[in-house]
Amino acid sequence: MFNYFRQLFGKQDQPEGIATAPLSDQAIRTIIEQQPQRIEPAQLAAGCGQSVGKQRELNEDSLLSVTSLLSGNSGTLPFGLYVVADGMGGHQFGEVASNAAVRIVAGHILRKFHPYLFNLPAQPPEESLQEIMSESVNEAQKTIQREAPGSGTTLTAALVLGQQVTIAHIGDSRAYTVNPDGRIELITRDHSLVRRLEELGQLTSSEAASHPQRNVLYRALGQGDVLEPDIFTVTFPQPGYLLLCSDGLWGVVNEQNLYRSITETSSLQRACQNMVAAANAAGGPDNISVILVQLLG
Amino acid sequence: MTLVERYTIQEVIGVGGMGSVYRARDLHFPNVVKLVAVKEMVNTAPDPLVRKTIVQNFEREANILATLTHPGIPRIYDYFSLDNRSYLVLEFVNGRDLEKILNETDGFIMEDQVLSWTIGLCDVLDFLHNHSPDPIIFRDMKPSNVMVNQHGHIVLIDFGIAKTFQTGQKGTMIGTEGYSPPEQYRGEATPLADIYALGATVHHILTRRDPRQEPPFSFADRPIQKINPGVSSDLVAVIEKALQYNPEDRFKDTSEMKEALLSVARKTGALSRIAVSTAVQNSGVKPLWIFTCEDEIRGAPTYYEGTVYVGSYDNNLYALNAADGQFLWKYPSEGGLVTKPAVYEGNLYFGSEDYSLHVVSARSGKKLWTYETKGPIRSSPRISEGHIFFGSDDECLHAVNLTTGRASWVFEASDYVRSSPFVSSELVYFGCESGDFYAVDFKGQLKWRSLAKRAITSSPTVVEQAVYFSSVDGMFYALDSRNGWAIWRFRLGKGSVVSPCAADNLVFTGSADGFIYAIEIQSAREVWRFKTEHQVCGSPVIYKDSLYCGSVDGTIYCLEYRTGRLRWQYATQAPITGTPLVYDDIVYIGSTDRNLYALLA
Repeated sequence: MFNYFRQLFGKQDQPEGIATAPLSDQAIRTIIEQQPQRIEPAQLAAGCGQSVGKQRELNEDSLLSVTSLLSGNSGTLPFGLYVVADGMGGHQFGEVASNAAVRIVAGHILRKFHPYLFNLPAQPPEESLQEIMSESVNEAQKTIQREAPGSGTTLTAALVLGQQVTIAHIGDSRAYTVNPDGRIELITRDHSLVRRLEELGQLTSSEAASHPQRNVLYRALGQGDVLEPDIFTVTFPQPGYLLLCSDGLWGVVNEQNLYRSITETSSLQRACQNMVAAANAAGGPDNISVILVQLLG
Repeated sequence: MTLVERYTIQEVIGVGGMGSVYRARDLHFPNVVKLVAVKEMVNTAPDPLVRKTIVQNFEREANILATLTHPGIPRIYDYFSLDNRSYLVLEFVNGRDLEKILNETDGFIMEDQVLSWTIGLCDVLDFLHNHSPDPIIFRDMKPSNVMVNQHGHIVLIDFGIAKTFQTGQKGTMIGTEGYSPPEQYRGEATPLADIYALGATVHHILTRRDPRQEPPFSFADRPIQKINPGVSSDLVAVIEKALQYNPEDRFKDTSEMKEALLSVARKTGALSRIAVSTAVQNSGVKPLWIFTCEDEIRGAPTYYEGTVYVGSYDNNLYALNAADGQFLWKYPSEGGLVTKPAVYEGNLYFGSEDYSLHVVSARSGKKLWTYETKGPIRSSPRISEGHIFFGSDDECLHAVNLTTGRASWVFEASDYVRSSPFVSSELVYFGCESGDFYAVDFKGQLKWRSLAKRAITSSPTVVEQAVYFSSVDGMFYALDSRNGWAIWRFRLGKGSVVSPCAADNLVFTGSADGFIYAIEIQSAREVWRFKTEHQVCGSPVIYKDSLYCGSVDGTIYCLEYRTGRLRWQYATQAPITGTPLVYDDIVYIGSTDRNLYALLA
């Protein structure tokens, strides 16, 4: 009888010292699908990672991550701003440029949203999301040209408001959407010569990957008279992630390994550390910056 | 200094990558001053094999030139080598090259002038490309390689010295050739590459923007008229075609490009100096049938089971056989009809300026019931979830139950509602003449509102999570459909009452400025615009890979929707303000000339 009850309610004795086998992707997917994902109120969560890499002396990357939430009777407003900038080596003050870009862009955007987020009554800005992004980039361009002439930086900035992700992008840092089923979609377009030739069908992707000029940019913040950032709006991947990174990550870690780094842990912060570690393990030829964002609920 | 005891060097007139070009006097003509250009090539390659190849290439160039006779190509007189130097002796062109001309000119060079140079360059390229046995590809078209001689004629200089692409360094801006097409970076040089480079050269001259200082292949980012509004749209179209990324999208050869330039010249009057053949294009579109009403047709037709229904300002709703336009029946209302009838389960629903919504049998035209509002109805009804939604000049949006014929609710707006509502994700979206834009839920509760600076007559359309519409304030709006946040705004030339439509990642609209626009949905970039001869008030529709839209100029246009290229056009007798209907490869369009036309799509 005792045995019968033990069978029903008792715990099997676990032999000690045996680690739990990591869940397979399939198993994780099944769990994610079965989990009641309801999180109230809907909110953003973000993790970051950064490393100078194994071969550079100086970190010329800059990143910024702001995550906020306003929720109450008047509704729920997840608001986030995420920026990665990669100052250009070979130019003077690459790190000055990337730092300036991140601060000025973020400062401009947050000033524009301040009356909407923190004033009473709330005043929505008159400009559209894309106009605000565009102004912030132009302001950064002017400042960099004035403060650090000759320098340049990439900039990939994502403004999240509700479900809309508005992206401003120049250079070859990248933004991806990562779907739970393993699909990783590049949503920005590298402003690199090789990439341009690839887009136009003049190079295959394998030719591009080994092309001697693959690091040459034709557009960067701080460079040139006319600045034409790519500005566009997409819907936040849900379920899924938004990933922003510099070429120190995407240039050395392939999408499959990025996906594995993200899904083998449940914490966004840990996932970012994993990605940085993967880039360093692959030689860490360049500075590495990464931001991973999730919209929950 | 005198070379081979014959050519006395007078002046350096150019310095190139491998040597210089001199002006020299030919001493074989002692009694006259015969000037020649001497092009020197210094061969400093350390490898003997490379050195030999370089000399052979130079010789080949000399041999090519020797076979060419054309007023736009310098004659070659002599070729010789001395030590590690080789020389070409060429006709001396007394003039300036286009780069110099550009640098010495303030402001923009006249379009007529540029046009005549471009036609001349087409001529030379055409001559080279038709060279036999093998076509000659110039490969290096750019302003500094085009001379304008003392007679004002162009001469192409600097033939065929292949330029290798410079390897850039990490982080440095590339100094590309700027004028070369994408395929040339793969080593492909075809006549189409010269067409691109010619387009690039003309773009540089018209805009004064040096492509060597811009991202490669970025001409589309610097629209000519944005920089130099004085250039005619026709010339812009030619240059843009020459500058297409894909060689197959460019002119198929230089003679086709020349033909296009000549027709621009004909139009702008620059033709007076250029001889032309006349060939007028007529698209020869003939209607399948025409049906005439007693007054203007301002609204859009509807198709249902082999029948076309259209309202007219003569108060009648007409039912016509779609195949031959034969009259089946008409239903008289008490006011003008400008709305597009909606069909649901065999019944037709349409508003009239007699203040009423009419419901009639689609088959017989028999009246089933009516619903009265307090103002003329100019908003077309939408049917969803057992309800019919429409606006009225009584400043309300009405939600009428289909089975009872009674209002489930009425939403009070702040002015006339002439915009036709759009229903998506349990929200009803519509604009108002006050400039307000509303999103109302199925209970008639306001979900959110947004404000334009002037009336929103345009009917919204929702694609994924954004709602699109235009306003008389001259803006085209993309709002977050869930909360009304402005994602982007696109400035039109003038106000607009046009209702947008979408396909792929493009949204299409028109404006009182006369243009039909295609705008990229994610980035708000203009992909193309097409100029009609008057305001665009009717709305575009997409069918297969074409866009159909009428204009107040009286014409219905069929454009390729991805490129904006004109497929055909058909002129009616009076302004078109309605929206076409395309069904089964037939376009039905009403005109204020009182006719409904059926045209082959």
